[in-house]
Amino acid sequence: MTTSPVPGLRLAGLTKTLGGRMIVDDLSLDIAQGELVSLLGPSGCGKTTTLRMIAGFLAPDLGTVAVHGDDVTAFGPEKRPSAMVFQNYALWPHMSVTKNVSYPLRVARVPRREIADRVAEVLDLVGLSHHARSRPAQISGGEQQRASLARALVQRPRLLLLDEPLSNLDAKLRVRVREEIRDIQQSLGITTVLVTHDQEEALAVSDRVAVMHEGRIEQVSTPAELYRNPATEFVSEFVGTSNRIPDLDLGEGEPDGHYIVRPEHVVLGESGIPGRVTRVLPHGPFTEVAINARGIELRAFLNTAIPAVGDDVRIRFERALRYVDGRLDAVVAPRIAEMAA
Amino acid sequence: MAVAARATSGRIVVTILTVIVAAFILGPLLWLGAHAFATDWTYPNLLPDGLTLDWWRVVFEDPKLFLSMQNSFFFAPVTVVVSAVVCLPAAYAFSRFDFPGRRVFLIGLFATNAFPKMGLFVAMATVFYGLNLMETTVGIVIVHVIGTVVFMTWIPAAAFSAVPRSLEEAARDAGASRLRVFFSVTLPMALPGILVAAVMSFLASFDEAQGTYLVGAPSYMTMPTEMYSLVLNHPRQVAAVFAILLSIPSVILLLLTRRYIMGGQLAEGFQIR
Repeated sequence: MTTSPVPGLRLAGLTKTLGGRMIVDDLSLDIAQGELVSLLGPSGCGKTTTLRMIAGFLAPDLGTVAVHGDDVTAFGPEKRPSAMVFQNYALWPHMSVTKNVSYPLRVARVPRREIADRVAEVLDLVGLSHHARSRPAQISGGEQQRASLARALVQRPRLLLLDEPLSNLDAKLRVRVREEIRDIQQSLGITTVLVTHDQEEALAVSDRVAVMHEGRIEQVSTPAELYRNPATEFVSEFVGTSNRIPDLDLGEGEPDGHYIVRPEHVVLGESGIPGRVTRVLPHGPFTEVAINARGIELRAFLNTAIPAVGDDVRIRFERALRYVDGRLDAVVAPRIAEMAA
Repeated sequence: MAVAARATSGRIVVTILTVIVAAFILGPLLWLGAHAFATDWTYPNLLPDGLTLDWWRVVFEDPKLFLSMQNSFFFAPVTVVVSAVVCLPAAYAFSRFDFPGRRVFLIGLFATNAFPKMGLFVAMATVFYGLNLMETTVGIVIVHVIGTVVFMTWIPAAAFSAVPRSLEEAARDAGASRLRVFFSVTLPMALPGILVAAVMSFLASFDEAQGTYLVGAPSYMTMPTEMYSLVLNHPRQVAAVFAILLSIPSVILLLLTRRYIMGGQLAEGFQIR
């Protein structure tokens, strides 16, 4: 990741109302040159609308989009230095893979020989040279995905936009293609925005993740930080698995406060809150254990000493996050454990 | 035994039905074909009295009939082109833009076909007299185009709607202007539907008789309008020859587009959403 005084993409105060509903609400975000940032959120959070404003398909009501310091807000998609990979690939069925990939260059009136070279180069990069003459309908979903990526990369865009690029692939392929996309993005050093609702995908490939909720960015952080210290209760519940524990049950603090405990921070031991195991779900690398403690169902991820259903256990929390009015207040774990005991 | 008997009787019923259907479809065609080459063929005789090509000579040597063929093969393609130029932009607008009155216009186009044509033509004739369009090429083309508007709007509109928006957006994102997107993505993808509309418009124009007669006769006679006087003034064998000539374009067009129909592309052209 290169840090540069001029951000690769700067969104300033983007606002969009569609059908009387505020879809994107005063959204600002800086993305460094060469950085990959994911917009992560549930459907309807405004992430796709934001991406369409970046690409130029939608004009923001308020706010500006700047790529490498150039304000492109007034430009249509054809004039912007960005290239997009669509969710359904959007390959043109009446053109071969080569024709699809060369289209942007033909439109830009690039000399024929240079087109041939650049198309060959980019098809080689995505590993699709052997399908150059195929029609989109003749190649697999994963290959269509790569053709779509090639069509974007051949333009040598300053900004690469990926709209849920992996959602139509099966689970195994998704993991492989996302690693390939990340490798290509890194080797080209291209500023990239990835829109996804899949938190695992966002955490795995991004330099930073922006979690969106109701048209606003709740938190922008590195994947590790996002998981470890979710800034809001929404982020903590959307990213990863969490146990949400109301204040009262632990007998501490002001009202409207909650504790969030990651399942891997729920430990069983000699002392602690008494509970009973209600379910044991083996996942392979770890086992998920559901425990009922004081009327709350808690989830614990355990590696060793797996209890059986019906066992009475005692629970401690290694680490917990306290939220007041939905925002992170403190990391207070050891104290709660003692309190509860 | 009972099962075998039932199967046999079932097969007999199917065979009888097939023969009946075939008789209804092929019978008139056979009658036409036989008359076109028969010296005469009257009721009690099972076979024509004799064979001759005289009737074909009558048709091709009659300057009036030959002129009507020329007229038909002029008006049908011109109608298709004019109709496409007028209707395709409208079809695109119907499919892509939500303007006020969109549904009213769309249904309205269809509703014009619900009224008796003759009444419409009489009303049009009144207007045409005022505009000096009676017995003119333009007048006839207008009448023909009106008969094709529904095909040329509805079918291409459905075809345009079937082109996913993301395919157009991808082309815009790749740097293409709106016009370029239309010609390089939207139009090629909607082409099967537009071809269907063109074929149907061609045939509609080729077969149009009432309006053509009212507006064009006697200066402009096309094959269908000439049929009227033929049936009255010539032996029926001449009419049979002429009917065969009239059906040739339809058959050729159907054979040409058969490949598309088999490939499912033409069938796709009929989807209306």
